[in-house]
Amino acid sequence: MGQDIGRVGIERVEGWGMSVGSTARIVRPRDLDQLRGALEEARRAGVSLAPRGTGCSYGDASTTRDGWALDMTRMNRLLDFDASTGDAELEGGASIRQLWRKALPLGYWPKVVSGTMFPTMGGAAAMNIHGKNNFKVGTFGDNLLEIDLLLGNGDLVTCSREQNAELFHGAIGGFGMLGIITRAKTRTTKVYSGDVRVRGISCHDLGEMMDAMQELVGEADYLVGWIDTFGSGSAGGRGLIHDARYLLDGEDSDPDKTLSLKHQDLPDAVMGVPKAEIWRVLRMFNHDPGMRLVNAIKQVSGRMEAMSGWHRQSHAGFNFLLDYVPDWKYAYARRAGDGLLQYQAFLPADTARDGFLALLAEGQSSGHTPYLGVLKRHRPDPFLMTHALDGWSMAMDLKVTAKNRAHLMETCARFSKICLAAGGRFYFAKDQVISPDVARASFGSERIAAFHELKAHADPDGLFSTDLWRRVFEEDPARTSHGPWPR
Amino acid sequence: MQDSGEPDQNSSSPSSVPERVLVVGASSGIGASLVRQLAQEGCQVAALARREDRLAELAEGAPPGSVHVYPHDVMDAGDVPALLERIVKDLGGLDTLCYVAGVMPMVGPQEYDHDQDRTMVRVNLLGGMAWCAEVARLFLSERRGTIVGVSSVAGERGRRMNPAYHASKAGFTTYLESLRNRLEGHGVRVVTILPGMVSTDMTAGIDKLVWPITPEQAAKTMISTWRGSFWSTRYMPLRWCLVMRVIREIPSRIFRHLNI
Ligand SMILES: Cc1cc2nc3c(=O)[nH]c(=O)nc-3n(C[C@H](O)[C@H](O)[C@H](O)COP(=O)(O)OP(=O)(O)OC[C@H]3O[C@@H](n4cnc5c(N)ncnc54)[C@H](O)[C@@H]3O)c2cc1C
Ligand SMILES: NC(=O)c1ccc[n+]([C@@H]2O[C@H](COP(=O)([O-])OP(=O)(O)OC[C@H]3O[C@@H](n4cnc5c(N)ncnc54)[C@H](OP(=O)(O)O)[C@@H]3O)[C@@H](O)[C@H]2O)c1
Repeated sequence: MGQDIGRVGIERVEGWGMSVGSTARIVRPRDLDQLRGALEEARRAGVSLAPRGTGCSYGDASTTRDGWALDMTRMNRLLDFDASTGDAELEGGASIRQLWRKALPLGYWPKVVSGTMFPTMGGAAAMNIHGKNNFKVGTFGDNLLEIDLLLGNGDLVTCSREQNAELFHGAIGGFGMLGIITRAKTRTTKVYSGDVRVRGISCHDLGEMMDAMQELVGEADYLVGWIDTFGSGSAGGRGLIHDARYLLDGEDSDPDKTLSLKHQDLPDAVMGVPKAEIWRVLRMFNHDPGMRLVNAIKQVSGRMEAMSGWHRQSHAGFNFLLDYVPDWKYAYARRAGDGLLQYQAFLPADTARDGFLALLAEGQSSGHTPYLGVLKRHRPDPFLMTHALDGWSMAMDLKVTAKNRAHLMETCARFSKICLAAGGRFYFAKDQVISPDVARASFGSERIAAFHELKAHADPDGLFSTDLWRRVFEEDPARTSHGPWPR
Repeated sequence: MQDSGEPDQNSSSPSSVPERVLVVGASSGIGASLVRQLAQEGCQVAALARREDRLAELAEGAPPGSVHVYPHDVMDAGDVPALLERIVKDLGGLDTLCYVAGVMPMVGPQEYDHDQDRTMVRVNLLGGMAWCAEVARLFLSERRGTIVGVSSVAGERGRRMNPAYHASKAGFTTYLESLRNRLEGHGVRVVTILPGMVSTDMTAGIDKLVWPITPEQAAKTMISTWRGSFWSTRYMPLRWCLVMRVIREIPSRIFRHLNI
């Protein structure tokens, strides 16, 4: 290694769902100098770099079969937090977890968080993630004030709505292909309590769920629907809505207590089982009959929750439900290559209901019933490669095994047909299946051409590339391909 | 379909594929026996040590293509990441790391030599830590793999004989135990091997060996130990397990008067 580029090693670099990945060199710069060094070193070696945060994208968004992975998580300083405005400045590798733990004791909560607290600022911006409040506050990008972008040529540019606006709107949601996000400045929400008020609303079918959520759009701060994916016929898409609201100033009698980190910490054990071991229990149910049972139990307990009315839950407990059970994905598999994939379909308001029912039915009839289904309400945003739209999304977790893989891929191809016919969009943080044709049909050739043009300007040598980029967008794979390595 | 429809690409091997083993300290004694036995079985072996001629001999004597040779001094810990990368590429992945390298210079009763002591710590402990850590990150990312470290019963008590050797082995034993506690929940197996006395170059200068075993026996026991799931710490021969249990309990004030 010619110069100091941070820690270098060889690892399996995989998607969060474990079902895609490969062994690759992974470079971990600690500061801007090392990061620049890594870019130079890669250029000299003639390989591409795949920007990577925590690797929370389910599919191949930050994996690479023929280049180096550029892990940004060591550039993770929280640079500034303005307690009077709630504006926060963090390095690209700093996590949502670091942000909320800084913000909350000062009376703020991040504007947009994902279902897990581990994604980085860079990863959240590059995918333009959304929360359960998307209908109300927009995407992660909508709440970013500015970003610093290290371009392929080594230039560091600050981008915002005023400055380099085109790059700003392209890099947010640009899956890391325009440059490395080294710094992000974001707004946060003023909160008067460490808790939110939550209630459950039980629904008999998808139509009822969507109508109920739509009615709450003006009032709720967060809305999410849990779908019993095994429901069919008249019970298709039945499930439970969670409606959550911030507490107003004065509603919490002891905000100092609820705003403390201690109040937010997730319990160490659930029903007596130590957290770290729960996945072993879940694994016992990780097959169709087991998950049918789990979903049915959830449906019943949801009805009970709905009857009990409003209750209070910490911000972390409500938003990061999935982090309650560490490594729950191991319930699906531990062997690399098996695991799960998530298919999240974004459909316009007028076609969503029928489209989702068709997707659920397609999954069930082809033998790939999702084990988890989540419904969210969205609104459009101004970013070039965005998935946001005036409509809804349904995310489906699907089990991947060596045996079902090929057949599952065919089923997913049929999902995509259904989505396209309904005028839908796709979200690359969850994707590992769509083809260039599907992407072109969904984004339109013009949008894709505009993105290519931006990339040609920001990264003329194609230094940044990922499996996702090569799979879906790259026009001339020969340009950056060095052949698969290593076997 | 696209990439994801193709079989997954990773360094893990289904059980039908021969095991890929990296042996550090392969040029003589226990390490060399390991390489010979593994190669005979059809494994893919990466053999590392300083003495290239010995490694070349090993490769010549083994089935063609089974033994890959890499000259390496474990005191150059900075070389480890790049070398591991090369080896994983050459073997097409890695299943098992075996850290066998060790030195035990004879130390006279009046001798206190820091340079010599430091070499023991660098080879017996720091080199092991460098290799184990690098491989641990790879195996952790794959949620599989086996790390085998050769420590010694000498690490169980501080005898008069060779303070630095005892300390280095005590350190390595403890390091491996920590590693096991961190990794076992993630599908990675860590095995500590505690030989008593093995008749190799290392012990050639010792007049009387207690319960000596041959390096071939040692290698055979090690291989079946790491492939099994019963032992995570294995004394060789087994009776050392009982003996050390007693010896560990002897109070220091008494131990210092005993010539054991
Ligand atoms: C349990 C779970 C729940 C989730 N819930 C949600 C949810 O509710 N809503 C939602 O929107 N998403 C959700 N996600 C997805 C997740 O938020 C996104 O995949 C996010 O992008 C992950 O960020 P990361 O830091 O792990 O980045 P990675 O997944 O490693 O990378 C994501 C993308 O960003 C690029 N990238 C990473 N760092 C940088 C950087 N510094 N500069 C430039 N590009 C970079 C990568 O190349 C890649 O294209 C969830 C994921 C999990 C595992
Ligand atoms: N023999 C015993 O009775 C006994 C008892 C308990 C534990 N052990 C342990 O078992 C292990 C193997 O010992 P052995 O009996 O087989 O002794 P050995 O024949 O002397 O083998 C030692 C091996 O370590 C390698 N090595 C030493 N220094 C090295 C360095 N700087 N870089 C790379 N490799 C180095 C040697 O290779 P090069 O010299 O070619 O580099 C050689 O291959 C050692 O860890 C030892 O402590 C032995």
